[in-house]
Amino acid sequence: MILGFVEHESGVPEETSLEMLTMARELATDEEAVLCAVVFGDEGAALKDELGPYGIEEIHHVTHDRLEGYAPEGWGESVAQLVSDLGASTVAAAGTDRGHEVLAHAGATLDAPMATNCVDVTGAGESYEVRRDRWGGSLVEHARLEGETKLVTAAEHEYPIEEAASTTEPTVNEFTPSLEDAHLRVRVERVETADEEGIPLGEARVVVGGGRGVGGPEDYDKLEELADLLGGTVGASRAAINEGWRPHDDQIGLTGAQISPDIYIACGISGAVQHMVGCKGADKILAINTDSEAAIVQKADYAVIGDLHEVVPELTDAIREVT
Amino acid sequence: MNVLACIKRVPNTGAKIVLTDDNQRIDTSNLGFTMSPHEECAVEEAIQQVETHGGSTHVLTLGPEEATEQLRTGLAMRADEATLLETDGEEWGPRETASAIATAIRDLPEDDAEFDLLLFGNESADMANYQVGVRVATELDLPCVTGIKSLEVEDGVATAKREIGGGEEVYEIDLPAVVSVKEGINEPRYASMRAKMQARRQEVGRLEPDRTEAPGTFEKTRLEAPEADDSDAMVLGEGTDAVPEIVELLESEIEVL
Ligand SMILES: Cc1cc2nc3c(=O)[nH]c(=O)nc-3n(C[C@H](O)[C@H](O)[C@H](O)COP(=O)(O)OP(=O)(O)OC[C@H]3O[C@@H](n4cnc5c(N)ncnc54)[C@H](O)[C@@H]3O)c2cc1C
Repeated sequence: MILGFVEHESGVPEETSLEMLTMARELATDEEAVLCAVVFGDEGAALKDELGPYGIEEIHHVTHDRLEGYAPEGWGESVAQLVSDLGASTVAAAGTDRGHEVLAHAGATLDAPMATNCVDVTGAGESYEVRRDRWGGSLVEHARLEGETKLVTAAEHEYPIEEAASTTEPTVNEFTPSLEDAHLRVRVERVETADEEGIPLGEARVVVGGGRGVGGPEDYDKLEELADLLGGTVGASRAAINEGWRPHDDQIGLTGAQISPDIYIACGISGAVQHMVGCKGADKILAINTDSEAAIVQKADYAVIGDLHEVVPELTDAIREVT
Repeated sequence: MNVLACIKRVPNTGAKIVLTDDNQRIDTSNLGFTMSPHEECAVEEAIQQVETHGGSTHVLTLGPEEATEQLRTGLAMRADEATLLETDGEEWGPRETASAIATAIRDLPEDDAEFDLLLFGNESADMANYQVGVRVATELDLPCVTGIKSLEVEDGVATAKREIGGGEEVYEIDLPAVVSVKEGINEPRYASMRAKMQARRQEVGRLEPDRTEAPGTFEKTRLEAPEADDSDAMVLGEGTDAVPEIVELLESEIEVL
Protein backbone atom coordinates (compact mmCIF):
# COMPACT_ATOMS: atom_id res chain seq x y z
CA MET A 1 0.00 0.00 0.00
CA ILE A 2 1.10 3.53 -0.83
CA LEU A 3 -0.07 6.10 1.70
CA GLY A 4 -0.16 9.80 0.82
CA PHE A 5 -0.28 12.43 3.58
CA VAL A 6 -2.75 14.95 2.17
CA GLU A 7 -2.71 18.49 3.54
CA HIS A 8 -5.90 20.44 3.15
CA GLU A 9 -7.58 23.72 4.01
CA SER A 10 -11.12 23.07 5.32
CA GLY A 11 -11.53 19.95 3.21
CA VAL A 12 -9.94 21.35 0.03
CA PRO A 13 -6.64 19.59 -0.73
CA GLU A 14 -3.52 21.74 -1.16
CA GLU A 15 -2.11 21.89 -4.69
CA THR A 16 1.23 20.56 -3.47
CA SER A 17 -0.54 17.52 -2.04
CA LEU A 18 -2.27 16.88 -5.37
CA GLU A 19 1.16 17.09 -7.05
CA MET A 20 2.43 14.53 -4.56
CA LEU A 21 -0.48 12.23 -5.43
CA THR A 22 0.74 12.16 -9.03
CA MET A 23 4.03 10.72 -7.76
CA ALA A 24 2.28 8.34 -5.35
CA ARG A 25 -0.14 7.10 -8.01
CA GLU A 26 2.70 6.30 -10.41
CA LEU A 27 4.26 4.16 -7.67
CA ALA A 28 0.95 2.48 -6.82
CA THR A 29 0.39 1.66 -10.50
CA ASP A 30 3.88 0.21 -10.92
CA GLU A 31 3.55 -1.87 -7.78
CA GLU A 32 -0.09 -2.74 -8.35
CA ALA A 33 -0.62 -1.41 -4.85
CA VAL A 34 -3.60 0.31 -3.32
CA LEU A 35 -3.35 4.12 -3.14
CA CYS A 36 -4.59 5.55 0.14
CA ALA A 37 -4.61 8.92 1.84
CA VAL A 38 -4.08 9.90 5.46
CA VAL A 39 -5.75 13.13 6.54
CA PHE A 40 -6.12 15.08 9.77
CA GLY A 41 -8.61 17.68 10.97
CA ASP A 42 -12.37 18.00 11.42
CA GLU A 43 -13.11 18.45 7.75
CA GLY A 44 -10.93 15.51 6.76
CA ALA A 45 -13.89 13.33 5.85
CA ALA A 46 -15.02 16.01 3.38
CA LEU A 47 -12.09 15.02 1.19
CA LYS A 48 -14.09 11.97 0.03
CA ASP A 49 -15.38 13.77 -3.04
CA GLU A 50 -12.20 15.72 -3.59
CA LEU A 51 -9.83 12.77 -3.77
CA GLY A 52 -11.85 10.35 -5.91
CA PRO A 53 -10.62 11.89 -9.18
CA TYR A 54 -7.04 11.21 -8.09
CA GLY A 55 -7.54 7.49 -7.65
CA ILE A 56 -7.57 7.29 -3.84
CA GLU A 57 -9.28 4.08 -2.69
CA GLU A 58 -9.21 4.56 1.07
CA ILE A 59 -9.07 7.72 3.14
CA HIS A 60 -7.74 7.18 6.64
CA HIS A 61 -9.06 10.01 8.74
CA VAL A 62 -7.10 10.43 11.96
CA THR A 63 -9.28 11.56 14.85
CA HIS A 64 -8.36 11.85 18.49
CA ASP A 65 -9.93 14.02 21.15
CA ARG A 66 -6.53 15.45 22.05
CA LEU A 67 -5.52 16.22 18.46
CA GLU A 68 -7.27 19.49 17.86
CA GLY A 69 -4.79 21.59 15.95
CA TYR A 70 -1.48 20.74 14.35
CA ALA A 71 0.92 18.80 16.58
CA PRO A 72 4.07 17.67 14.73
CA GLU A 73 4.95 14.73 16.95
CA GLY A 74 1.33 13.71 17.43
CA TRP A 75 0.74 13.69 13.69
CA GLY A 76 4.01 11.89 12.96
CA GLU A 77 3.23 9.27 15.60
CA SER A 78 -0.28 8.79 14.17
CA VAL A 79 1.14 8.25 10.69
CA ALA A 80 3.67 5.77 12.08
CA GLN A 81 0.93 3.81 13.87
CA LEU A 82 -1.23 3.81 10.77
CA VAL A 83 1.67 2.53 8.67
CA SER A 84 2.21 -0.37 11.08
CA ASP A 85 -1.51 -1.08 11.19
CA LEU A 86 -1.96 -1.11 7.44
CA GLY A 87 1.45 -2.47 6.51
CA ALA A 88 2.02 0.42 4.11
CA SER A 89 5.26 0.09 2.15
CA THR A 90 5.63 3.77 1.31
CA VAL A 91 4.46 7.06 2.76
CA ALA A 92 4.53 10.12 0.54
CA ALA A 93 4.06 13.78 1.39
CA ALA A 94 4.47 17.12 -0.32
CA GLY A 95 7.87 18.77 0.18
CA THR A 96 6.33 21.48 2.36
CA ASP A 97 7.26 22.52 5.92
CA ARG A 98 4.54 20.29 7.31
CA GLY A 99 5.11 17.46 4.87
CA HIS A 100 8.78 17.31 5.81
CA GLU A 101 8.11 17.66 9.51
CA VAL A 102 5.39 15.04 9.81
CA LEU A 103 7.28 12.52 7.70
CA ALA A 104 10.53 13.13 9.57
CA HIS A 105 8.73 12.34 12.84
CA ALA A 106 7.12 9.24 11.35
CA GLY A 107 10.49 8.19 9.90
CA ALA A 108 12.25 8.69 13.22
CA THR A 109 9.60 6.67 15.07
CA LEU A 110 9.64 3.86 12.51
CA ASP A 111 13.44 4.11 12.11
CA ALA A 112 12.82 4.15 8.37
CA PRO A 113 14.78 5.88 5.60
CA MET A 114 13.43 9.06 4.05
CA ALA A 115 14.23 10.83 0.78
CA THR A 116 13.08 14.45 0.52
CA ASN A 117 12.31 16.70 -2.45
CA CYS A 118 12.11 13.88 -4.96
CA VAL A 119 11.55 14.70 -8.62
CA ASP A 120 11.36 11.10 -9.80
CA VAL A 121 10.75 7.84 -7.94
CA THR A 122 10.67 4.47 -9.68
CA GLY A 123 10.88 0.85 -8.68
CA ALA A 124 8.69 -1.49 -6.80
CA GLY A 125 8.47 -3.32 -3.51
CA GLU A 126 11.36 -2.72 -1.17
CA SER A 127 13.69 -0.93 -3.55
CA TYR A 128 13.32 2.44 -5.24
CA GLU A 129 15.55 4.53 -7.43
CA VAL A 130 15.03 8.17 -6.62
CA ARG A 131 16.17 11.41 -8.13
CA ARG A 132 16.00 14.31 -5.70
CA ASP A 133 16.82 17.99 -5.65
CA ARG A 134 19.88 19.34 -3.92
CA TRP A 135 20.86 23.03 -3.87
CA GLY A 136 17.30 23.90 -4.77
CA GLY A 137 17.46 21.79 -7.92
CA SER A 138 20.75 23.08 -9.32
CA LEU A 139 22.04 19.63 -8.49
CA VAL A 140 20.22 16.31 -8.72
CA GLU A 141 21.08 13.34 -6.54
CA HIS A 142 20.44 9.81 -7.76
CA ALA A 143 19.93 7.52 -4.79
CA ARG A 144 18.69 4.12 -3.71
CA LEU A 145 15.92 4.03 -1.17
CA GLU A 146 15.28 0.62 0.31
CA GLY A 147 13.32 -0.68 3.23
CA GLU A 148 10.19 -2.32 4.46
CA THR A 149 8.81 1.19 4.91
CA LYS A 150 10.07 4.07 2.82
CA LEU A 151 9.30 7.76 3.13
CA VAL A 152 9.39 10.20 0.26
CA THR A 153 8.47 13.83 -0.25
CA ALA A 154 7.76 15.36 -3.65
CA ALA A 155 9.64 18.55 -4.52
CA GLU A 156 7.13 21.38 -4.85
CA HIS A 157 5.93 22.23 -8.35
CA GLU A 158 7.86 19.42 -10.04
CA TYR A 159 4.98 17.01 -10.55
CA PRO A 160 1.91 18.08 -12.52
CA ILE A 161 -1.51 17.77 -10.93
CA GLU A 162 -3.12 14.92 -12.84
CA GLU A 163 -6.34 13.04 -12.40
CA ALA A 164 -6.39 9.24 -12.48
CA ALA A 165 -7.62 7.34 -15.55
CA SER A 166 -10.75 6.44 -13.66
CA THR A 167 -12.40 8.08 -10.68
CA THR A 168 -12.67 6.07 -7.48
CA GLU A 169 -15.16 6.18 -4.64
CA PRO A 170 -12.91 6.30 -1.60
CA THR A 171 -14.04 4.71 1.65
CA VAL A 172 -13.47 6.80 4.77
CA ASN A 173 -12.00 4.95 7.73
CA GLU A 174 -11.68 6.69 11.07
CA PHE A 175 -8.38 5.93 12.74
CA THR A 176 -7.80 6.72 16.40
CA PRO A 177 -4.14 6.48 17.34
CA SER A 178 -3.09 5.80 20.90
CA LEU A 179 -1.27 8.93 21.98
CA GLU A 180 0.59 9.72 25.16
CA ASP A 181 1.34 13.09 26.72
CA ALA A 182 4.79 13.05 25.15
CA HIS A 183 3.29 13.02 21.65
CA LEU A 184 1.30 16.14 22.41
CA ARG A 185 3.97 18.26 24.04
CA VAL A 186 4.43 20.35 20.90
CA ARG A 187 1.40 21.84 19.21
CA VAL A 188 0.21 25.04 17.61
CA GLU A 189 -1.04 27.12 20.52
CA ARG A 190 -2.38 29.91 18.33
CA VAL A 191 -2.03 31.46 14.92
CA GLU A 192 -1.12 35.13 14.61
CA THR A 193 -2.13 36.80 11.39
CA ALA A 194 0.25 39.30 9.88
CA ASP A 195 -0.84 42.45 8.09
CA GLU A 196 0.67 42.00 4.68
CA GLU A 197 2.04 45.24 3.35
CA GLY A 198 1.96 45.35 -0.42
CA ILE A 199 2.05 42.30 -2.61
CA PRO A 200 3.83 39.23 -1.16
CA LEU A 201 6.98 38.37 -3.14
CA GLY A 202 5.74 34.90 -3.98
CA GLU A 203 2.58 36.25 -5.62
CA ALA A 204 3.87 39.33 -7.44
CA ARG A 205 3.53 39.44 -11.23
CA VAL A 206 6.52 41.77 -11.43
CA VAL A 207 9.53 41.57 -9.14
CA VAL A 208 12.34 44.12 -9.19
CA GLY A 209 15.36 42.62 -7.45
CA GLY A 210 18.33 44.53 -6.11
CA GLY A 211 21.72 43.05 -5.21
CA ARG A 212 25.06 44.27 -3.98
CA GLY A 213 25.24 46.48 -7.07
CA VAL A 214 22.58 48.76 -5.57
CA GLY A 215 25.32 49.96 -3.24
CA GLY A 216 23.29 50.99 -0.20
CA PRO A 217 19.82 51.06 1.38
CA GLU A 218 18.81 54.47 -0.05
CA ASP A 219 18.94 53.49 -3.68
CA TYR A 220 16.27 50.82 -3.22
CA ASP A 221 13.87 53.77 -3.46
CA LYS A 222 14.56 53.78 -7.19
CA LEU A 223 13.65 50.11 -7.42
CA GLU A 224 10.55 50.68 -5.28
CA GLU A 225 9.39 53.40 -7.64
CA LEU A 226 9.80 51.17 -10.66
CA ALA A 227 8.10 48.24 -8.94
CA ASP A 228 5.16 50.42 -7.86
CA LEU A 229 4.63 51.64 -11.41
CA LEU A 230 4.57 48.07 -12.68
CA GLY A 231 2.27 46.89 -9.91
CA GLY A 232 5.04 44.75 -8.55
CA THR A 233 7.22 44.35 -5.51
CA VAL A 234 10.91 44.59 -4.58
CA GLY A 235 13.17 41.66 -3.71
CA ALA A 236 16.87 41.35 -2.94
CA SER A 237 19.89 39.06 -2.95
CA ARG A 238 21.41 37.62 0.21
CA ALA A 239 24.39 39.93 -0.22
CA ALA A 240 22.08 42.93 0.15
CA ILE A 241 20.44 41.42 3.22
CA ASN A 242 23.79 40.63 4.81
CA GLU A 243 24.77 44.26 4.26
CA GLY A 244 21.69 45.20 6.25
CA TRP A 245 20.14 47.10 3.32
CA ARG A 246 16.93 45.11 3.22
CA PRO A 247 15.00 42.84 5.63
CA HIS A 248 15.36 39.06 5.21
CA ASP A 249 11.71 38.86 4.09
CA ASP A 250 12.89 40.36 0.80
CA GLN A 251 15.47 37.64 0.11
CA ILE A 252 14.99 35.61 -3.05
CA GLY A 253 16.69 32.22 -3.30
CA LEU A 254 17.58 28.97 -1.62
CA THR A 255 17.16 30.27 1.92
CA GLY A 256 14.65 32.96 1.01
CA ALA A 257 11.50 33.31 -1.08
CA GLN A 258 10.60 31.52 -4.29
CA ILE A 259 9.13 33.88 -6.86
CA SER A 260 7.13 33.21 -10.02
CA PRO A 261 6.41 36.55 -11.70
CA ASP A 262 5.80 37.27 -15.38
CA ILE A 263 9.04 39.18 -15.28
CA TYR A 264 11.90 39.42 -12.82
CA ILE A 265 14.06 42.51 -13.28
CA ALA A 266 17.36 41.67 -11.54
CA CYS A 267 19.45 44.78 -10.89
CA GLY A 268 23.05 44.53 -9.74
CA ILE A 269 22.77 40.80 -9.05
CA SER A 270 25.52 38.46 -10.25
CA GLY A 271 23.45 35.28 -10.66
CA ALA A 272 24.79 32.84 -8.04
CA VAL A 273 23.01 29.46 -8.17
CA GLN A 274 21.55 29.98 -4.69
CA HIS A 275 19.89 33.15 -5.91
CA MET A 276 18.75 31.74 -9.25
CA VAL A 277 16.95 28.73 -7.72
CA GLY A 278 14.59 31.25 -6.14
CA CYS A 279 13.53 32.63 -9.52
CA LYS A 280 13.18 29.35 -11.44
CA GLY A 281 9.47 30.08 -11.59
CA ALA A 282 9.92 33.46 -13.31
CA ASP A 283 8.56 33.51 -16.86
CA LYS A 284 11.21 35.95 -18.08
CA ILE A 285 14.28 37.48 -16.48
CA LEU A 286 15.75 40.85 -17.41
CA ALA A 287 19.19 41.54 -15.97
CA ILE A 288 20.57 45.03 -15.55
CA ASN A 289 24.26 44.72 -14.84
CA THR A 290 27.46 46.67 -15.54
CA ASP A 291 29.35 43.45 -16.23
CA SER A 292 28.55 41.73 -19.52
CA GLU A 293 30.41 38.65 -18.21
CA ALA A 294 28.24 38.27 -15.10
CA ALA A 295 26.66 34.80 -14.82
CA ILE A 296 23.20 36.32 -14.79
CA VAL A 297 23.69 37.57 -18.34
CA GLN A 298 23.77 33.92 -19.41
CA LYS A 299 20.93 32.89 -17.17
CA ALA A 300 18.57 35.76 -18.03
CA ASP A 301 16.40 36.06 -21.12
CA TYR A 302 17.17 39.75 -21.64
CA ALA A 303 20.03 41.91 -20.48
CA VAL A 304 20.95 45.55 -20.36
CA ILE A 305 24.61 46.22 -19.85
CA GLY A 306 24.75 49.36 -17.77
CA ASP A 307 24.63 51.08 -14.43
CA LEU A 308 21.36 50.44 -12.63
CA HIS A 309 21.55 53.87 -11.01
CA GLU A 310 21.18 55.41 -14.44
CA VAL A 311 19.00 52.86 -16.20
CA VAL A 312 16.34 52.35 -13.52
CA PRO A 313 15.34 56.03 -12.97
CA GLU A 314 15.35 56.68 -16.71
CA LEU A 315 13.17 53.60 -17.24
CA THR A 316 10.78 54.77 -14.53
CA ASP A 317 10.45 58.15 -16.25
CA ALA A 318 9.89 56.56 -19.64
CA ILE A 319 7.17 54.28 -18.28
CA ARG A 320 5.45 57.28 -16.63
CA GLU A 321 5.31 58.89 -20.04
CA VAL A 322 3.61 55.99 -21.78
CA THR A 323 1.13 55.14 -19.03
CA MET B 1 21.02 28.08 30.12
CA ASN B 2 23.23 25.83 28.01
CA VAL B 3 22.66 26.02 24.31
CA LEU B 4 24.01 23.79 21.58
CA ALA B 5 24.12 24.74 17.89
CA CYS B 6 24.72 21.99 15.32
CA ILE B 7 26.24 23.21 12.07
CA LYS B 8 27.53 21.84 8.77
CA ARG B 9 30.44 22.70 6.49
CA VAL B 10 29.25 23.20 2.90
CA PRO B 11 30.96 24.42 -0.25
CA ASN B 12 30.33 28.03 -1.19
CA THR B 13 29.14 27.22 -4.68
CA GLY B 14 29.15 30.20 -6.98
CA ALA B 15 27.61 30.77 -10.37
CA LYS B 16 27.84 27.16 -11.55
CA ILE B 17 28.11 23.78 -9.85
CA VAL B 18 30.87 21.57 -11.30
CA LEU B 19 31.13 17.89 -10.38
CA THR B 20 34.17 15.65 -10.04
CA ASP B 21 34.73 13.20 -12.91
CA ASP B 22 33.16 10.30 -11.02
CA ASN B 23 30.02 12.39 -10.36
CA GLN B 24 30.26 11.62 -6.68
CA ARG B 25 30.80 15.11 -5.31
CA ILE B 26 31.03 18.80 -6.12
CA ASP B 27 34.45 19.76 -7.44
CA THR B 28 35.58 22.05 -4.64
CA SER B 29 39.13 22.62 -5.85
CA ASN B 30 38.30 26.27 -6.60
CA LEU B 31 35.73 26.80 -3.90
CA GLY B 32 35.73 28.13 -0.38
CA PHE B 33 33.55 26.64 2.35
CA THR B 34 31.02 28.11 4.70
CA MET B 35 28.37 26.97 7.14
CA SER B 36 24.80 26.74 5.89
CA PRO B 37 22.93 30.05 6.35
CA HIS B 38 20.23 28.52 8.57
CA GLU B 39 22.95 27.22 10.87
CA GLU B 40 24.77 30.52 10.99
CA CYS B 41 21.50 31.81 12.42
CA ALA B 42 21.39 28.87 14.85
CA VAL B 43 24.80 29.90 16.19
CA GLU B 44 23.74 33.54 16.45
CA GLU B 45 20.53 32.50 18.22
CA ALA B 46 22.46 30.37 20.71
CA ILE B 47 24.73 33.30 21.53
CA GLN B 48 21.85 35.77 21.87
CA GLN B 49 19.89 33.42 24.16
CA VAL B 50 22.92 33.00 26.40
CA GLU B 51 23.54 36.76 26.35
CA THR B 52 19.99 37.18 27.67
CA HIS B 53 19.76 34.27 30.08
CA GLY B 54 23.37 33.51 30.98
CA GLY B 55 24.96 30.09 30.55
CA SER B 56 27.15 28.67 27.88
CA THR B 57 27.10 28.00 24.13
CA HIS B 58 28.52 25.01 22.33
CA VAL B 59 28.90 24.50 18.58
CA LEU B 60 29.11 21.01 17.15
CA THR B 61 29.64 19.59 13.71
CA LEU B 62 30.03 16.20 12.11
CA GLY B 63 32.48 16.38 9.25
CA PRO B 64 36.08 16.14 8.15
CA GLU B 65 39.02 17.69 10.00
CA GLU B 66 38.64 20.78 7.77
CA ALA B 67 35.25 21.48 9.37
CA THR B 68 37.12 22.94 12.36
CA GLU B 69 37.20 26.05 10.14
CA GLN B 70 33.42 26.39 10.54
CA LEU B 71 33.60 25.64 14.26
CA ARG B 72 36.16 28.42 14.59
CA THR B 73 33.77 30.76 12.78
CA GLY B 74 31.30 29.89 15.55
CA LEU B 75 33.92 30.50 18.23
CA ALA B 76 34.81 33.82 16.63
CA MET B 77 31.13 34.78 16.86
CA ARG B 78 31.69 34.14 20.60
CA ALA B 79 30.40 30.65 21.15
CA ASP B 80 32.16 29.21 24.21
CA GLU B 81 33.03 25.68 23.16
CA ALA B 82 33.31 23.61 20.01
CA THR B 83 33.28 19.90 19.22
CA LEU B 84 34.12 18.10 16.00
CA LEU B 85 32.72 14.64 15.32
CA GLU B 86 35.45 13.76 12.91
CA THR B 87 34.71 11.70 9.81
CA ASP B 88 36.91 10.59 6.96
CA GLY B 89 35.28 13.14 4.67
CA GLU B 90 32.72 10.72 3.22
CA GLU B 91 29.19 12.08 3.01
CA TRP B 92 27.13 10.68 5.90
CA GLY B 93 23.41 10.13 5.49
CA PRO B 94 20.85 11.84 7.75
CA ARG B 95 20.21 8.81 9.96
CA GLU B 96 23.87 8.09 10.65
CA THR B 97 24.48 11.77 11.26
CA ALA B 98 21.55 12.06 13.67
CA SER B 99 22.58 8.95 15.56
CA ALA B 100 26.19 10.13 15.94
CA ILE B 101 25.06 13.58 17.09
CA ALA B 102 22.59 12.11 19.61
CA THR B 103 25.35 9.91 21.04
CA ALA B 104 27.69 12.88 21.32
CA ILE B 105 25.02 15.00 23.01
CA ARG B 106 24.56 12.31 25.64
CA ASP B 107 28.28 12.55 26.40
CA LEU B 108 28.54 16.36 26.31
CA PRO B 109 28.99 18.59 28.19
CA GLU B 110 31.48 16.99 30.49
CA ASP B 111 30.33 18.56 33.72
CA ASP B 112 26.89 17.00 33.24
CA ALA B 113 25.22 20.35 32.76
CA GLU B 114 22.66 19.26 30.21
CA PHE B 115 21.77 21.33 27.16
CA ASP B 116 18.52 23.23 27.62
CA LEU B 117 18.19 24.17 23.98
CA LEU B 118 19.52 22.25 20.99
CA LEU B 119 19.47 24.30 17.81
CA PHE B 120 19.76 23.00 14.25
CA GLY B 121 19.40 24.55 10.82
CA ASN B 122 16.07 23.62 9.25
CA GLU B 123 17.84 21.85 6.39
CA SER B 124 21.44 21.79 5.27
CA ALA B 125 22.33 23.78 2.16
CA ASP B 126 24.03 20.91 0.37
CA MET B 127 21.80 17.91 1.13
CA ALA B 128 18.52 19.33 2.43
CA ASN B 129 17.29 16.14 4.06
CA TYR B 130 15.05 17.99 6.56
CA GLN B 131 15.30 15.30 9.25
CA VAL B 132 18.50 15.34 11.31
CA GLY B 133 17.10 17.56 14.09
CA VAL B 134 13.89 15.54 14.33
CA ARG B 135 15.75 12.23 14.47
CA VAL B 136 18.10 13.55 17.17
CA ALA B 137 15.08 14.72 19.19
CA THR B 138 13.43 11.31 18.87
CA GLU B 139 16.59 9.50 19.96
CA LEU B 140 16.93 11.76 22.98
CA ASP B 141 13.19 11.81 23.66
CA LEU B 142 13.05 15.60 23.50
CA PRO B 143 10.25 17.77 22.12
CA CYS B 144 11.05 19.28 18.75
CA VAL B 145 9.78 21.92 16.39
CA THR B 146 11.19 22.86 12.98
CA GLY B 147 11.20 25.83 10.59
CA ILE B 148 11.33 28.45 13.34
CA LYS B 149 11.85 32.16 12.62
CA SER B 150 11.31 33.65 16.07
CA LEU B 151 12.29 32.25 19.47
CA GLU B 152 11.87 33.59 22.99
CA VAL B 153 12.65 31.77 26.20
CA GLU B 154 11.10 32.60 29.55
CA ASP B 155 10.91 30.52 32.71
CA GLY B 156 12.00 27.35 30.96
CA VAL B 157 9.43 27.67 28.17
CA ALA B 158 10.33 28.50 24.58
CA THR B 159 7.84 30.42 22.46
CA ALA B 160 8.65 29.60 18.86
CA LYS B 161 7.03 30.95 15.72
CA ARG B 162 6.85 29.51 12.25
CA GLU B 163 5.77 31.49 9.19
CA ILE B 164 2.77 30.24 7.29
CA GLY B 165 0.92 31.98 4.47
CA GLY B 166 -0.52 35.17 5.93
CA GLY B 167 0.77 34.76 9.48
CA GLU B 168 2.60 32.69 12.03
CA GLU B 169 1.98 29.53 14.00
CA VAL B 170 2.97 29.91 17.65
CA TYR B 171 4.35 26.96 19.62
CA GLU B 172 5.12 26.83 23.34
CA ILE B 173 7.59 24.17 24.35
CA ASP B 174 9.04 23.18 27.68
CA LEU B 175 12.83 23.05 27.67
CA PRO B 176 14.95 21.07 27.11
CA ALA B 177 13.94 20.98 23.45
CA VAL B 178 15.24 20.70 19.90
CA VAL B 179 14.45 23.66 17.64
CA SER B 180 15.46 23.93 14.01
CA VAL B 181 15.64 27.45 12.68
CA LYS B 182 15.52 29.25 9.36
CA GLU B 183 17.55 32.15 8.10
CA GLY B 184 15.82 35.42 9.02
CA ILE B 185 15.34 34.54 12.70
CA ASN B 186 18.15 37.01 13.46
CA GLU B 187 21.02 38.83 11.82
CA PRO B 188 24.23 36.90 12.42
CA ARG B 189 27.04 39.11 13.68
CA TYR B 190 30.31 39.64 11.93
CA ALA B 191 33.20 38.44 14.04
CA SER B 192 35.86 41.03 14.77
CA MET B 193 39.42 40.48 13.62
CA ARG B 194 40.46 40.11 17.24
CA ALA B 195 37.79 37.47 17.89
CA LYS B 196 38.91 35.56 14.80
CA MET B 197 42.50 35.58 16.01
CA GLN B 198 41.45 34.36 19.44
CA ALA B 199 39.26 31.64 17.95
CA ARG B 200 42.26 30.25 16.10
CA ARG B 201 43.95 29.44 19.37
CA GLN B 202 40.86 28.08 21.10
CA GLU B 203 40.63 24.38 21.75
CA VAL B 204 38.27 22.28 19.64
CA GLY B 205 37.09 19.04 21.25
CA ARG B 206 37.17 15.94 19.11
CA LEU B 207 35.12 12.78 19.20
CA GLU B 208 35.21 9.82 16.87
CA PRO B 209 31.65 9.01 15.92
CA ASP B 210 30.47 5.51 15.15
CA ARG B 211 28.76 5.02 11.83
CA THR B 212 25.76 2.95 12.89
CA GLU B 213 23.76 0.69 10.64
CA ALA B 214 20.02 1.17 10.56
CA PRO B 215 17.39 -0.92 8.78
CA GLY B 216 16.82 0.12 5.19
CA THR B 217 18.97 2.24 2.93
CA PHE B 218 19.02 5.75 1.63
CA GLU B 219 22.22 6.01 -0.32
CA LYS B 220 23.51 8.32 -3.02
CA THR B 221 24.57 6.57 -6.21
CA ARG B 222 25.69 9.67 -8.09
CA LEU B 223 25.12 13.35 -8.65
CA GLU B 224 24.01 15.08 -11.79
CA ALA B 225 24.32 18.75 -12.66
CA PRO B 226 21.32 19.44 -14.89
CA GLU B 227 22.07 21.21 -18.15
CA ALA B 228 21.66 24.90 -17.49
CA ASP B 229 20.47 27.17 -20.23
CA ASP B 230 23.75 28.90 -20.93
CA SER B 231 22.66 30.67 -24.05
CA ASP B 232 23.37 34.35 -23.64
CA ALA B 233 20.51 36.69 -22.91
CA MET B 234 19.26 38.91 -25.67
CA VAL B 235 21.12 42.15 -25.02
CA LEU B 236 18.65 45.00 -25.32
CA GLY B 237 21.38 47.59 -25.34
CA GLU B 238 23.86 49.48 -23.23
CA GLY B 239 23.09 51.97 -20.49
CA THR B 240 20.14 54.33 -20.80
CA ASP B 241 20.11 53.84 -24.60
CA ALA B 242 18.34 50.57 -23.88
CA VAL B 243 15.39 52.23 -22.12
CA PRO B 244 13.06 52.38 -25.17
CA GLU B 245 13.85 48.70 -25.78
CA ILE B 246 12.90 47.80 -22.19
CA VAL B 247 9.65 49.78 -22.41
CA GLU B 248 8.80 47.99 -25.66
CA LEU B 249 9.55 44.64 -24.02
CA LEU B 250 7.37 45.36 -20.99
CA GLU B 251 4.58 46.65 -23.20
CA SER B 252 4.35 44.13 -26.02
CA GLU B 253 6.12 40.97 -24.84
CA ILE B 254 5.46 40.81 -21.12
CA GLU B 255 2.32 42.96 -21.27
CA VAL B 256 2.67 44.47 -17.83
CA LEU B 257 2.12 48.08 -18.91
C1 LIG C 1 24.37 27.89 1.24
C2 LIG C 1 24.15 29.22 0.63
C3 LIG C 1 22.85 29.72 0.49
C4 LIG C 1 22.64 30.94 -0.12
N1 LIG C 1 21.35 31.38 -0.28
C5 LIG C 1 21.14 32.52 -0.99
C6 LIG C 1 19.81 33.00 -1.24
O1 LIG C 1 18.81 32.44 -0.79
N2 LIG C 1 19.66 34.12 -1.99
C7 LIG C 1 20.73 34.82 -2.50
O2 LIG C 1 20.53 35.82 -3.19
N3 LIG C 1 21.98 34.39 -2.26
C8 LIG C 1 22.21 33.28 -1.50
N4 LIG C 1 23.49 32.90 -1.24
C9 LIG C 1 24.60 33.82 -1.61
C10 LIG C 1 25.00 33.71 -3.05
O3 LIG C 1 25.94 32.67 -3.20
C11 LIG C 1 25.67 35.02 -3.52
O4 LIG C 1 26.74 35.34 -2.68
C12 LIG C 1 24.73 36.21 -3.56
O5 LIG C 1 23.52 35.87 -4.21
C13 LIG C 1 25.39 37.36 -4.28
O6 LIG C 1 24.58 38.49 -4.25
P1 LIG C 1 24.73 39.61 -5.37
O7 LIG C 1 24.52 39.01 -6.69
O8 LIG C 1 23.85 40.74 -4.97
O9 LIG C 1 26.22 40.13 -5.14
P2 LIG C 1 27.50 39.97 -6.06
O10 LIG C 1 27.77 38.56 -6.38
O11 LIG C 1 28.56 40.75 -5.39
O12 LIG C 1 27.10 40.67 -7.42
C14 LIG C 1 26.90 42.04 -7.57
C15 LIG C 1 26.61 42.28 -9.04
O13 LIG C 1 26.26 43.63 -9.22
C16 LIG C 1 26.86 44.13 -10.42
N5 LIG C 1 26.96 45.58 -10.25
C17 LIG C 1 27.78 46.28 -9.43
N6 LIG C 1 27.53 47.61 -9.52
C18 LIG C 1 26.52 47.74 -10.41
C19 LIG C 1 25.81 48.86 -10.93
N7 LIG C 1 26.10 50.13 -10.53
N8 LIG C 1 24.85 48.65 -11.83
C20 LIG C 1 24.55 47.39 -12.28
N9 LIG C 1 25.19 46.30 -11.81
C21 LIG C 1 26.16 46.47 -10.90
C22 LIG C 1 28.18 43.41 -10.50
O14 LIG C 1 28.64 43.36 -11.82
C23 LIG C 1 27.80 42.02 -9.97
O15 LIG C 1 27.39 41.17 -11.02
C24 LIG C 1 23.74 31.69 -0.60
C25 LIG C 1 25.02 31.20 -0.44
C26 LIG C 1 25.24 29.98 0.17
C27 LIG C 1 26.64 29.46 0.31
